[in-house]
Amino acid sequence: MAKRIYDTLIFIVLLFLSLVFIAPVLIVVINSFKLKFSIATEPFLLPTAQTFIGFSNYAEGLRTTDFLSAFGWSLFITVFSVLAIVLFTSMTAWYIVRVKTVFTTLLYYSLVFSMIVPFQMVMFTMSKTANVLGLDNPLGIILIYLGFGAGLATFMFTGFVKSVPLGIEEAATIDGCTPLGTFFKIVFPILKPTTITVAILNAMWIWNDYLLPYLVIGNDYKTIPIAIQYLKGGYGSVDMGAMMAMLVLSIIPVVVFYLFCQKYIIKGVAAGAVKG
Amino acid sequence: MKRIISLILTVLTVVALFTGCGKKKQNALVYFLNFKPESAAVYEELAKKYEQEKGVKVKVVTAAANTYEQTLKSEIAKTEAPTIFQVNGPIGYNSWKDYCLDIKDSKIYSYLSDKSLAIKSGDGVYAVPYVVEGYGIIYNNAIMDKYFALPNRQQKVGSMEEIKNFATLKIVVDDMTKNKEKLGIDGVFASTSLSSGEDWRFTTHLLNIPLYYEYKSAQDKDATTALLESKEIDFKYEQNYKKIFDLYIENSATKKTLLGSKSVADSMAEFALSKAAMVQNGNWAWSQISGVKGNTVDEKDIKMLPIYIGVDGEEKQGICIGTENYFAINKNVSEEKRKASLDFLDWLFSSETGKREVTQKLGFITPFNTFKESETSNDPLAKEIIRYLNDDEKTVIPWIFTAFPSENFKKETGSALLDYVQGTKTWKEVRQTVVEKWKSERK
Amino acid sequence: MKSLKRYSVVFVMPTLIAFIIAFAVPFVLGLFLSFTEFRTVSDAQFVGFSNYIRIFTQDKTFLNSLWFTVKFAVISVVTINLFAFVLAIMLTRDVFGTRLFRTVFFMPNLIGGIVLGYIWQLIINGVLFNFGYSITTNASYGFWGLVILMNWQMIGYMMIIYIAGLSNIPTDIIEASKVDGAGWFTTLFRVTIPSCMPSITICLFLTITNSFKLFDQNLALTAGAPGGRTRMVALDIYETFYGRIGFEGIGQAKSVIFFLLVAVISLTQLILTRRKEVEI
Repeated sequence: MAKRIYDTLIFIVLLFLSLVFIAPVLIVVINSFKLKFSIATEPFLLPTAQTFIGFSNYAEGLRTTDFLSAFGWSLFITVFSVLAIVLFTSMTAWYIVRVKTVFTTLLYYSLVFSMIVPFQMVMFTMSKTANVLGLDNPLGIILIYLGFGAGLATFMFTGFVKSVPLGIEEAATIDGCTPLGTFFKIVFPILKPTTITVAILNAMWIWNDYLLPYLVIGNDYKTIPIAIQYLKGGYGSVDMGAMMAMLVLSIIPVVVFYLFCQKYIIKGVAAGAVKG
Repeated sequence: MKRIISLILTVLTVVALFTGCGKKKQNALVYFLNFKPESAAVYEELAKKYEQEKGVKVKVVTAAANTYEQTLKSEIAKTEAPTIFQVNGPIGYNSWKDYCLDIKDSKIYSYLSDKSLAIKSGDGVYAVPYVVEGYGIIYNNAIMDKYFALPNRQQKVGSMEEIKNFATLKIVVDDMTKNKEKLGIDGVFASTSLSSGEDWRFTTHLLNIPLYYEYKSAQDKDATTALLESKEIDFKYEQNYKKIFDLYIENSATKKTLLGSKSVADSMAEFALSKAAMVQNGNWAWSQISGVKGNTVDEKDIKMLPIYIGVDGEEKQGICIGTENYFAINKNVSEEKRKASLDFLDWLFSSETGKREVTQKLGFITPFNTFKESETSNDPLAKEIIRYLNDDEKTVIPWIFTAFPSENFKKETGSALLDYVQGTKTWKEVRQTVVEKWKSERK
Repeated sequence: MKSLKRYSVVFVMPTLIAFIIAFAVPFVLGLFLSFTEFRTVSDAQFVGFSNYIRIFTQDKTFLNSLWFTVKFAVISVVTINLFAFVLAIMLTRDVFGTRLFRTVFFMPNLIGGIVLGYIWQLIINGVLFNFGYSITTNASYGFWGLVILMNWQMIGYMMIIYIAGLSNIPTDIIEASKVDGAGWFTTLFRVTIPSCMPSITICLFLTITNSFKLFDQNLALTAGAPGGRTRMVALDIYETFYGRIGFEGIGQAKSVIFFLLVAVISLTQLILTRRKEVEI
């Protein structure tokens, strides 16, 4: 009986907290339909007949920010950077674990070391290097993300590879598989749980990243965070209405993605933490 | 597994296609780093027109408000650096002189009506102003007429023509505040926008005036040069600066404590919607007034008043006219690009298309002799600037804030002003900040 | 695995090349530039330690930002972990709707820092507006705004990790403790928390480093206003570097100090908590 009372209480508390957690997003959604001058002064009121303006904030925002192309670039960069990271770092991790030399040990520790370096330390030199090498375009930035994200990804893959039994791989080698064949036919499928984790953590990072893409490609190609930040002052004035609409548009894909892949995301985050 | 491999192959193909596109984008010969965010769309339009007419690709990048130096710094270090950039006067030139090409033989310099306006060093000419702008107190004459028609107003001042110094301005403003309900306004002045990056109307434009009075009597030098050479300032007219600033914030459409969240666009919207009768700004603000949806201000009612700060003899003072917009050509890019850039500027300020866009879309009053009398901008604020320029009775105040020590000096001043309106700093501390930052930023 | 060695080009090269370009070279170059004065890279002039000295003698914004960041980190780390742990405990009781609640609490974590900053700017300004203030009126509003924002964003993430930790505790230990007559609190402090130590280590590590490196949220929410008094270290470095002519070397030197600081803090923290784990 006592447990039921407790559970009911907890349920009520949780329900209340959920509302608190959702409220900020709802408020932004509500304001995205209001006249821009009534947003700053009365953000918590529902739109009235005078202040409701339908989707015109969306139209205005889409026009000024070129949001669709920002969405395209964000998607392109995130998808391909994540693919590159998953593919190449898993290969590297396997190699590091299976071939023990001074070189691989050194490589491993350099990669781990890079995880604790704040971005500000390399912000200028990295964007400069990227520029000199002609990597300051949506394609080149994939290489940058691979290099900068390699630390965490390799670290997580090596942790998992260590637990893969050598026996299966040896059997494959005896069957005449080349190392590449062994890796893709045997090892990579076994790594799947870690692959999902690495992919999710990196996707969350790259999709939302602001400063790196801003410094490397920001003036030619705007990703969503850059487009949002550019709304403040980039067009001569801050249009609160357009800002609200664009905030909503940038949240929608994330929420959709989250609702579809929720199981993997939550598992991935938990797994990532345990390994890190 | 085969699926994954084929996926990766597809990816690589797509990627290869994208590289093709990526490369094409960098072919622009002219790369113009634009300073004026409000003109971003017009410049992009102009670039397209230029490409159609001349077949030369122009890339336009616009820095967000208050991030020009930041953007220029990161862009100029790149391999595809801007070919045309902007310096904001002698101080800006100093920061970027290693990048400025000598353009004394260029057409754009030859068009300059008054050659002394260009930034020179030794024999060379390194930056050419491209727009003449003016600022003062913009007012809505309809509201003023309504006020002067009020039966219970104070009787000392009866029309706008009588406002010729700070004292009269204050009488009118104070009395208007008393009657603000009848006038249908939230406050006489639109918000004194002090949010970060939005405080330049007060840290540069307003501060220009007290410092102009301090330096205008310098022996055999113009005020700008004198200010440029001063290692320290007395800030002799700081009380006058306080007076006008206080007038703004005490009679504002917005509570003092909220000014830190206001932007210039907010102020201009208040003015456009007739919630405020006056706003300190310049002729570039026309697009911000006319662009507001539900704009209730009639074009013919928009006028400009000089900013009076209570200095002796200010009855003859006009509005502040000058420029902080100078074009410079990056000397570190290829000969071909430098030439293409100069050609673009030549086209912009001398071809029929260019001139039409410059006057009508950008609303510029240019300092170039290629523009005929009839080819001037005809928005109401530009007309006011021209009226003051041609008024022999009034002495126009030059823009000397281009000689302020650094961007950081302005930023610190803005922070101090914000603290002052929010009550966390006294005026004495504001004064101290201005004087000390001047000294420490001018090394 | 001798044959594998011959394949080093395929397995290691892509990562290695990217790593060298994106991290190794920039890192070394950054270290070098902190001892020089420069605008681009080619014009660097060696100046020894003068940049490091000027951080503390001439510029002074760094120490203020550092102090602000430390205060922020301490408060955020405590509140985030506390709330996340409490939520995790509530969500491991199999209350009705657990899955839905978990979904909701985690969601803010997926929203980017810039977007989060503007969402909270709207809300905080909206609340303060009723009192005639805005977020820039007082630095403490910005401070608490950042704390709330950070909590909103990170609680869900940490909660997931704690849930994983809690559900890994064998139920017989808890049962045993109950049989021994231990109350709920005793069980919590004697059994549950010690068994969760690995999760706690991870969460502390993640919250500390994230609080110290916070940039996007800071930029969008307050951008340092008023008067740079809500400027955290990462933003201070960025503004020193890009915002001021002639301060590039100083900005770079600040970033080196920042790096050393983050490294020392996270390593100490890891070592300390790992030791605790072993003791138990």
